[in-house]
Amino acid sequence: MAAGLALSVGLAMVAAGCGSDTGSAEPAEYATGDKDLAANITYGVWDQNQVAAIDENIAAFNEEYPNIDVTVNVTPFAEYWTKLQTQASSDTLPDLFWMNGPNIGLYASNGKLEPITGAMDAGDIDPANYPEALVDLYTIDDVPYGVPKDFDTIGIWANKALFTKAGVELPDGDWTWAEFQKTASDISTALAADGAYGGAAGMDGQTTYYNTIFQAGGDVVDEGTSGYSSPEAQAGIQFWTDLIANGGSPSIQQLTDTTADQWFTSGKLAMYWGGSWFRSALTDTELESDVVVLPLPQGEKQATVIHGVANVVSAASKEKQAAQALQAFLASKDAQQQQGDAGAVIPAFDGTQSAFTGSMPEANLQVFLDALEYAEPLPVSKNSAVWNAFEADLLPQAFSGEKPVKEIVDELANNMDAALAEE
Amino acid sequence: MTTAEHPSGPPAPPFAGGPGRVRPILPPSPAKNNRRRGGDGLWPWLFIAPLVLGIAVFYLWPIVQTVATSFTETGPFGGSTFSGIENYVELFTDPQLYRSLGNTLLYTAIVMLGIPIAVYLASLLNLPGLRFASLYRVLFFLPYVAMPTAVAMVWRLIFNGDFGLLNYGLGFLGIDGPYWISTPVFAMVAVAIVGLWSSLGFSLIVLAAGLKNIPPELYEAAELDGATRWGQFRFITVPLLSPSVFFVTIVTVISSFQLFDLLYAILGSSNPVLPKSMSLVYFFYREGFVNNDKGFAAAIAMVILVIIGIVTLLQFRFQKKWVQSD
Repeated sequence: MAAGLALSVGLAMVAAGCGSDTGSAEPAEYATGDKDLAANITYGVWDQNQVAAIDENIAAFNEEYPNIDVTVNVTPFAEYWTKLQTQASSDTLPDLFWMNGPNIGLYASNGKLEPITGAMDAGDIDPANYPEALVDLYTIDDVPYGVPKDFDTIGIWANKALFTKAGVELPDGDWTWAEFQKTASDISTALAADGAYGGAAGMDGQTTYYNTIFQAGGDVVDEGTSGYSSPEAQAGIQFWTDLIANGGSPSIQQLTDTTADQWFTSGKLAMYWGGSWFRSALTDTELESDVVVLPLPQGEKQATVIHGVANVVSAASKEKQAAQALQAFLASKDAQQQQGDAGAVIPAFDGTQSAFTGSMPEANLQVFLDALEYAEPLPVSKNSAVWNAFEADLLPQAFSGEKPVKEIVDELANNMDAALAEE
Repeated sequence: MTTAEHPSGPPAPPFAGGPGRVRPILPPSPAKNNRRRGGDGLWPWLFIAPLVLGIAVFYLWPIVQTVATSFTETGPFGGSTFSGIENYVELFTDPQLYRSLGNTLLYTAIVMLGIPIAVYLASLLNLPGLRFASLYRVLFFLPYVAMPTAVAMVWRLIFNGDFGLLNYGLGFLGIDGPYWISTPVFAMVAVAIVGLWSSLGFSLIVLAAGLKNIPPELYEAAELDGATRWGQFRFITVPLLSPSVFFVTIVTVISSFQLFDLLYAILGSSNPVLPKSMSLVYFFYREGFVNNDKGFAAAIAMVILVIIGIVTLLQFRFQKKWVQSD
């Protein structure tokens, strides 16, 4: 065990030392792949729940390109970026892989990704088909690097059965922060004997506190400075500390032992703040028929975070043409329709989204599409990972009540400003 | 196992350096030795070449690389510039280093408690007439060969504050169990309990082998002289077992200092108590692979190397004091 660790650490260091720094790469010559192109390529993703839908996509892709063999590599999200980092250092990235907003800047500006300009010029990819906010998210220094695969907004996944059991009326969705807090603590009180809760304060910005910060009229990052020290951002954090303090949510310790989505899927949580991607985790579960989606409550205004995953091609791929063929295929209307039909995610291609809402007709998934009207882009900067780590280190101290919110957000803002200044 | 009066079964094979009295005797044949002396240059080297090559490529070269990296500012994907001792200055003023060191020492101390337990269990396993002794040995050894991640996942469930087996059991005793893996001090204790449990098997097997090498005549003689079982343990078993105990101690200390996988898998990567419960190697991992600061991470790696080196050296120094060979 010990030797293995020393070994892998050593190897990683060697890899890091030898990795070539290519800088911003000039896009290679692009040509639409021939249908008889033969290659073995890898596709790196992080969500096991979506693999079934991806497999359907690949089967359809193989009808067009029978000789391209695609291997899907699934790495859990927590380890995905660590692995990708090491792969990028040694130029062994998957040929095609998922990218997200917080990381695109780092990879694109270090020349690790192949721009999609070639495919755009050849007419294989048309950015006009996807939500503009997402196309912009994956455009770094005016060069587009990724094709949006899907988008996600945040809603409240509610367990109707628990509402009934607690004798609390199901809200119609036009509600305020105070109403949400009351509903959550009422359910927790009514179901205390079962150990069930009304709401859950997760420790993930995208699904919880970024939304409330926006709803309070605050900002997480704005033009190179942190928004955490503003009274609005404080209110957004306070929302969650109040929820815990009032018993509306399990404590931060309980949520570490058992995460919010686990509380929900095991029938012990009435309202889970989750992304539209959570839909695929409910497929074929007992819970599926009990679930309905509610819009997030309103603070000063209505808001939700919007984000989307993009498919990117590695600049160092040895089978670039095949990888680009798959990238273009996955971005096509047919493939996107397939993703929606499977209920995996909300496809990014305009006009294919209704397939997603239809995949669970009783659950009112339309909430996630309606949210587009008031959605705010996921807060990112060129090297988001650095300040994301500050959030993860500091905010729990506020959530646990160990330190006052004001003290924590001020410290967070200071650290974050210093990190942003270095970008 | 054996019908013999004494526990050791068939006479144990003697091996050099072991605690047995019998040493392999080299055939005295000076003529042969002389003949070899002429052409001994190449062959021995060829025989050890694969090993030496492996060590050089997978251990020595990475160490050299890490030393070099620790003096650089390295970008997220390579490309480094020399920065002198900057990383070390930054490291030694970082409170996280001392916190991580403290956590690692706490972990090591708790896991070391497993050694006396292993000595006791090994002597129980060595008792004459014990039935199913091999079965027990397998059971004790299993945790050591199980995958750390699998072990961690099971223990994570056991430690769960709301639904875990451990707190359920404590409930019967009227004890309200803590949230083990999400309370700063308990988190490290919880991880150390698992570490102790999973390293027990290894210590046990080494110690059991050591016990087999203690000649049964010593016990027979002691018994004739009227020594109690405790007396036999105190004056025969303990001294003659000390080389094995020494070996187990060194291995346990070194592997404890390299604590990473159990901690990572049990606590998870987004556990709020992590900053307070991080081990040295976890600290290294976070800096090198999450925060992408490879130069700084390399400096941490060097500190770990030096600490393990010093601790091991000290242990060898004190070996003479408490290890009795023959």
